[in-house]
Amino acid sequence: MNFNPALIVPELFQFILILALFAASVASGEKRVRAERWVPIAAAAGVVAALASHSATGLLFSGVYKLDGMSQFFKVVIAVCFLVTTLNASRQPTLDKDRRADYYLFLALSAWGLMLLSSTVELFSVYLALELSSYSLYTVIALRSKDKGAAEAGIKYILFGAVATALALFGLSYVLAGQHTTYIAELTTKSWHWADAPVAVVGLTLFLGGMFYKLALFPFHFWCPDVYQGTSNETATFVATLPKLGAVVVLVRLSAFLTPGLEITTVLAWLGAISMTLGNLCALAQRDVKRMLGFSSVAHAGYVMVGLVSGTAEGMAAAAFYALAYVAMNLLAFWVVSRVASDGRNLELDDLNGLYRRAPALAFAMAVGAFALVGLPPTVGFMGKLFLITAAWNHGYNWLVVVLAVNSAFAIYYYLSLVRHAYTEDAAPEGRSAPDTSVFSLVGAGVLSVIVLVLGFVPGPVFDVAVAAGRGLFH
Amino acid sequence: MDFAYPVLSSLIVFPLVAALGLLLVRGDALVRKVTMVALIIEIVLALPLTAYHFNADFQFVERLSWVPQWGLEYHLAVDGISILMVWLTLFTMPLAVLCSWTGISKRLKEFHVCLLIMTAACIGVFTAMDLVLFYVFWEAMLIPMYLLIAVWGGDDRRYASIKFFLYTLTGSTLLLVAIVAFRIAGGTFSIPDLMTQTFGFRFQCLCFLAMALAFAIKVPMFPFHTWLPAAHVQAPAAGSVILAAILLKMGTYGFLRFCLPLTPAAAEYFAPMMIAVSVASILYGGVVALGQTDIKKLVAYSSVGHMGFVTLGIFLFNQRGVEGALFQMLNHGVITGGLFMMIGTVYERSHSRDIQKNLGLGKYMPAFMFFWGLFSLASFGFPGTNGFVGEILVFVGAFNHSLLVGALLVPGALLSAAYMFRVGLKMAWGQPSSAKSWSDLCLREWLFLAGPAVMVFYIGLAPGLFFQMITPSVDKLLADYDTRRGAVVDAAPVQTPAPAATGTEKN
Repeated sequence: MNFNPALIVPELFQFILILALFAASVASGEKRVRAERWVPIAAAAGVVAALASHSATGLLFSGVYKLDGMSQFFKVVIAVCFLVTTLNASRQPTLDKDRRADYYLFLALSAWGLMLLSSTVELFSVYLALELSSYSLYTVIALRSKDKGAAEAGIKYILFGAVATALALFGLSYVLAGQHTTYIAELTTKSWHWADAPVAVVGLTLFLGGMFYKLALFPFHFWCPDVYQGTSNETATFVATLPKLGAVVVLVRLSAFLTPGLEITTVLAWLGAISMTLGNLCALAQRDVKRMLGFSSVAHAGYVMVGLVSGTAEGMAAAAFYALAYVAMNLLAFWVVSRVASDGRNLELDDLNGLYRRAPALAFAMAVGAFALVGLPPTVGFMGKLFLITAAWNHGYNWLVVVLAVNSAFAIYYYLSLVRHAYTEDAAPEGRSAPDTSVFSLVGAGVLSVIVLVLGFVPGPVFDVAVAAGRGLFH
Repeated sequence: MDFAYPVLSSLIVFPLVAALGLLLVRGDALVRKVTMVALIIEIVLALPLTAYHFNADFQFVERLSWVPQWGLEYHLAVDGISILMVWLTLFTMPLAVLCSWTGISKRLKEFHVCLLIMTAACIGVFTAMDLVLFYVFWEAMLIPMYLLIAVWGGDDRRYASIKFFLYTLTGSTLLLVAIVAFRIAGGTFSIPDLMTQTFGFRFQCLCFLAMALAFAIKVPMFPFHTWLPAAHVQAPAAGSVILAAILLKMGTYGFLRFCLPLTPAAAEYFAPMMIAVSVASILYGGVVALGQTDIKKLVAYSSVGHMGFVTLGIFLFNQRGVEGALFQMLNHGVITGGLFMMIGTVYERSHSRDIQKNLGLGKYMPAFMFFWGLFSLASFGFPGTNGFVGEILVFVGAFNHSLLVGALLVPGALLSAAYMFRVGLKMAWGQPSSAKSWSDLCLREWLFLAGPAVMVFYIGLAPGLFFQMITPSVDKLLADYDTRRGAVVDAAPVQTPAPAATGTEKN
């Protein structure tokens, strides 16, 4: 057994954090330290741990757990996102005080599952890690005090999740039957033509369904707007960002053998095209900001497919970079949503009216986030989209690139209405709580805006890491 | 040419720095003055550009690597096609600040920040020599312009601003795809490098159409023009001036910079269509302008017509036509910019853009009517004014091309005389309603109108300097076009599996 604990420091650290949170959640009421105080600090230490082991490589546990550029890249991103989401959740108004430790416990578990997911290279382990990250979220979504919508959202998430994972498991059995292995490295060497291995192709398609569910790709997207709307703003921030990273990393690994022209690749391209178009068109009609962002993430899931179907290292890197860009933009948008709705209510578009006057910094951050989500320069959204298009052009799916470009045109309207309400409408509705303009809120919005802008100006260094990770998959 | 500082970069960076600095300034009067000073310093910074050599080379080149993995470069330069547009931008911006000195009262600081960001983005569009960099500036410019219309506009500003944004962004989505296609087929994003390459005919046609859609919406050409009257009418005076003087030029600049050099065969193939659409723009713009009761709308529709002359000149592919197009671009900026400033001036007095509410100004505002008359004459190309130089060149080019096209332009030119006279006569000699109490132009208004007025005469009477600037580049453009339009690699597959896509050849 070639087990070396030094290789999996981020996972171990997260696991210790989980144990500590478990202890905190069973500790008696008076003595416990308030979790929202120390968890962000621990999460920051987790980022350091992830950064420290960013160059770890190795194959552990009989070859099911691989540490390579891709996994370490995603672990760093997951750790950073976990830090931001814990900070964001530290002022959650709709969470009972005595449930805080439990809440963080489940978030940490889910993030841990995603970290494991980014390293697993064997389909059963992928499935287990996926379940680990999903199960903890099922609980968290319903944790919104005195809100029946949250319970409904939780039920929906469980039901869809159960169906999707059942499909994935069913598909897994077909893959095993068809190709006689579940190791991705060995699957890569097999033929994935429909003519050669129809059973395996059907199985893999079903298995991918599990990932599509996490990513909210059509036709597994139905839960997404409902869950975003029903659950609290802070939980939605988590659900909208971290699980997507886990799904993308697995899809990137599997796409290594989904070369252009295969039936299954074409299916992916079609699902991507339908997903982006449907997501954008549905978002046009929304008034609830979180619901709109939910449909927007359906559309963005479609965009990621553009990189995946290209079958090149650049395409994988572009997809990974876009996942990062997407997460950065959404963290920014949800941060603003959480801060503006300082009493934890659901934010309507009208609630943003006159935000430029009530909280200029938050309004600016909202504008940066919205323009980034459209894909306007000079933001990371534009660079991500440019990389996707450049990587995918001339690899057999040019029509998909055109669909992506045209979709940006659909998307402008609803993202622009975020800016329009924040900047040009003056009459704010009466009787709503004022936005949170504390230093905490403004610094967070500022830092996230700077990240979105700086990655748009100088994407080079981060992209280098992504390319190195993408190349690593093709050895 | 060596200067102590990178001239073009400083022109882009300085307004952004000034915009940041403006955030710290308190007090409305100070904000205006600081912006004004910043824009004057901007012109001073641009003085090295006067050392421009009258040849066809790209000058003041700055080239740095930006994102090496994808071959993106920070590449700026000017040539005869762009340098006039850079100067036009530099001189229009201070006028835009001056003409909104009293008209804008709310959120003053943000307004001027938008103007400064606008300056940087416009200079960037005209100097970028990397396709992606161009696209970045091209899109980035939408945001401040959107805000100018949406926040400081008239009653219908939300509708107009969203229409403007949707139209222009929708048009440019496919431009991005074309840019990427050029990268994959040509191996570089650099415009000068791509200009030396030849692409397959089908590829050229598709790219031409994708680019032409973006540029035609921006110009705007006839079927895509509907955003323009809405945006012009609702925008504040400064917004209209920038829109008319600078933004519309970006469309025609795009045709000259991208469509002709990169896709010559397709440009030739689609030229009849473009000529037909241009002539339609001229006639349609003129006829619709004739029927307007709103002065601003009238000038907006006249823009459609005048920009039709520009696109027509470009797609005639002869020396006179293209020179005329470039002149017309400059002239339209000067004249229509002036007209929109005048409309802003009179609006501050009458609070109406209706012709009927602005009658009989000849007696009470003689100086105003003098400038209005001057710009009107220039607008329909009266000899001795700058409008004449541009129009006559396009006319010569058109008759060179074919008698039919030339003959169709005649009613277009007549129409512009008719609608400018119609509104001018009413404003000068109509029965005044409330104009009796209005004061004539103040010193500030004299200042911002005198500049364009001088240019009207200067270009009109002594266009030699401008010819020297543009002729070498136009010659080169057309010579390149002539040699390359036939040389299409028809046999080669259009979508070659370029190694660029896999990234193996990079670095």
